[in-house]
This record gives sequence, structure tokens and C-alpha cells, in this order.
Amino acid sequence: MEFTPIRTVGFATIVCFVCSIFVAGAAVGLKDRQIENEILDRQKKVLDVAGLLSKEIVSDIDQIKKAYNERVQPVLVDLKPEGCKDQDPNTFDQQKFAKNPKTSTDVIGNKAKVRRTPNCAKIFNIKSSDAKGIETVILPVEGKGLWSTLYGFIALDPNGIDIKGLTFYKHAETPGLGGEVDNPKWKAQWKGKKAFKTGSAIPALYVKKGTADDEYSVNGLSGATITSNGVTNLLQFWLGEKGFGPYLNTLKGGK
Amino acid sequence: MAKNKEVLLDPLFNDNPIALQVLGICSALAVTTKMETALVMSIAVIVVLVFSNLAVSLIRNFIPPSIRIIVQLTIIASLVIITDQVLKAFVYETAKQLSVFVGLIITNCIVMGRAEAFAMQQGPVKSIIDGIGNGLGYSVVLIFVAFFRELFGSGSLFGVQLLPLATEGGWYTPNGLLVLSPGAFFLIAIFIWIVRAFKPDQIEEE
Repeated sequence: MEFTPIRTVGFATIVCFVCSIFVAGAAVGLKDRQIENEILDRQKKVLDVAGLLSKEIVSDIDQIKKAYNERVQPVLVDLKPEGCKDQDPNTFDQQKFAKNPKTSTDVIGNKAKVRRTPNCAKIFNIKSSDAKGIETVILPVEGKGLWSTLYGFIALDPNGIDIKGLTFYKHAETPGLGGEVDNPKWKAQWKGKKAFKTGSAIPALYVKKGTADDEYSVNGLSGATITSNGVTNLLQFWLGEKGFGPYLNTLKGGK
Repeated sequence: MAKNKEVLLDPLFNDNPIALQVLGICSALAVTTKMETALVMSIAVIVVLVFSNLAVSLIRNFIPPSIRIIVQLTIIASLVIITDQVLKAFVYETAKQLSVFVGLIITNCIVMGRAEAFAMQQGPVKSIIDGIGNGLGYSVVLIFVAFFRELFGSGSLFGVQLLPLATEGGWYTPNGLLVLSPGAFFLIAIFIWIVRAFKPDQIEEE
């Protein structure tokens, strides 16, 4: 067969066209399912960090949705005065807020490598089982690890000090090393730790290199120093004055 | 012309893509800390290999030689993206663990190696068989490495704890080296050693 330049270009065009149809078809056709997975995963993670994801319901989608609807209440918190004006907690998109310069604040230079913080944040209050009070407050956190930005939730007691759990719902750290932030045994260590020293507004919580020996730290992830430091930095950032520090102060004051 | 059976079975031990051709090492290091990820990765690679071999083989006589590599790459990249999308839609949890490595199948030398070395010359049926064979050859090594890494590195298989860990009151102190990438290097070396002990003709001349 003769391969003239025109034929070559034509062939390349056809290959690209056919491939793009397949790729676009897969992306569009599977999108609903992926989004559903993502929402379900997010709900699961909220329940998980709140300690409500028992073994009985973990693989039952309806139970998860039911537990989520019964116990979880999204709430908006102003990170800047009037940041949440006219927003609906159920439809609020924090990522979108953080990207828009009008609704976010430049915070470049922090250790967690967060570029902008949204002026409004979506947190979750977990209602106690008799639906009378609030037993847990869940705050979204994010920050750089080794390869990727880690997105997660931290659960605190409504006193704003005691940690109830930490979990990440999205990251791309090395499986088996930094990816061990998903290890249930590692995550279990967070329960019962304290975010702040008594009377201090500066977050004291951190991931120790090696074995933890105080009430402010957990064991480091072996072979994943940068991810471990990333977790420390992102926690201290979001619990600090540029993150949820002021909000936590009101919780502490309320007690 | 090679027989279909040889095309299928040769890549398992006689002409293993990792052990003899030493291709695709990087993903073999990355996804083998657990059996589950290794298994899903193996299936993903087999699927991509089969379809890329098939597609390249079908259009092999029309591919202009001057752009053949980029055409192969376009096909492989498309297949990998589709595979990634399917994994995210149906096995979300595992897809999250594999994260970037599914995408990195694009750069897995086995896939392009087979497209260029085999599918460009052979018919579609043989190319499919070659894809399955080489995919299985890759899988054998991945599963072998993952078996030992998960068993001795984390004391479990498929996430089921078999050796009670010392940190949780058991007797087994996990071997941290196996969880790290160098552990996979040692295991692949041992695999190659075993294969070559039985097949001396694979040993390179000094």
C-alpha cells in the first residue's frame, strides 16, 4: 500500500476520531454511576468518621442512606463574615466556592499548601440518637501529601477539643505507603486525642515520626514521611486561625 | 508460524514479559502490596492488552509506518481511559486504591511491546491469544509478588488477617521491607532465579 502524506494524515484523523468517540462515550455513559458512587462514598466517609458506620450497615446502600439522612445534618459556617449569605447547606459546593476568587481568601504560604480557603464551609453535625443534641461535629480538611491533595473529614466532640476520628475520602498517595492513611488501624488511633492544649488556640495535633507517646499525636506511617507531615500540616492549618479555629473557639466558649 | 497454544502458554514461564523480557517492572512494584489491587491490576492489564492487540492487528495493514507508534499509543491510551472509567463506575473502592497506576498502564512497556512486536505482524485471533498469554504472564508475577508481600508484609491475604500482628497482641512482626518497593525487587529477582533454575536456556551468556 502506498502511504502518501495525505493518506497518513487522513488515517491519523480517523484513528483519533474513533478513539475519541469511545473515550467520550465511556466518560459520559458511566458518569451517573460514578457520581452516585462518589456521593455514596462521601456519605459513608461522614458516617465512618462519626463512628456510625457499623459492620452491619457497611455494605448495605439503603441502610447507609437511611443512617445518613437520620443523623447527619449539613451546616454552613462562615470562615469570613457573611461568607455563607444566601447559601443552602444541602446544595452548597465548597470546592466551587474555594475556586472562585470572589468567594474565597488567598492563603498562600501555609505549610499545608492550601491556596485559597472558601469564605463559607460546609460542616456536618451528627445528631445524637435521640435526636435532641449534637454528639459530633465533622469538619472538612484538605492539604498536600506526597503526590496528591488529601481530602478528608475530622470529627470532633462538640467541646471543640476532643478528636473522635479522621478519615480521607480522596487522595492519590502510594498504595501501601502513604495510602495507609486509609488503614482502619491507623485511623483508629485518632480517637481520644486532643486537638488543643488547655487554654491554647494553636492546634497541637500532629503525626509523630515513629511511635506516638502523648495525647496530641499518633504513630507516623512507616515509609511515608511526606504524607505523614502532610497530614500534620493540613490538620494544623484547618484547626488553626485561618481555618476552623475561630469556629472551634465559639464551640469551646459555649461549654 | 507459532501454534496458538505456544502463543498462549509461552509468556507464562518460557518467555515471561517480566522475568525474561524485564518489561513492566514499575507497576509490578507499585500495586503488589496487596493481593486485591494486584488482581484488579492484572485483569485491567489483560483487558487492555487483548483489545489493543486486537485493534492494532485489525488495522495493521493500514497503519502508515511513519506514525505507527503514535497510532498504537493512541489506541492504548483510549483503552486505558475506558478501563479506568469502568473501574471507577463498578469497583469504586479498589479503583481508588489503584489510583494513578491504572492510568500508568499506558506507559506499561508490555502493552506497546506486544502491539509493536506481535500484533503488527499477526492476525487478530493470534493477537488476542498473545494478549491473553502475555497478560497472564504479567499476572503470574504480580500475584506471586503480591502473595508474599501481603502475607509477610501485612500478615494477611485479600485483607484477611492470617498472621496475628505483634502490634495487636499476636506473635508476628511484619517485615517492613516487603511493604516498600525494594521488597518487590527482591521477590521479582527470586522469581526470575527460580524460573531460570528450571529453564537454564534463559540464562544470559557472560
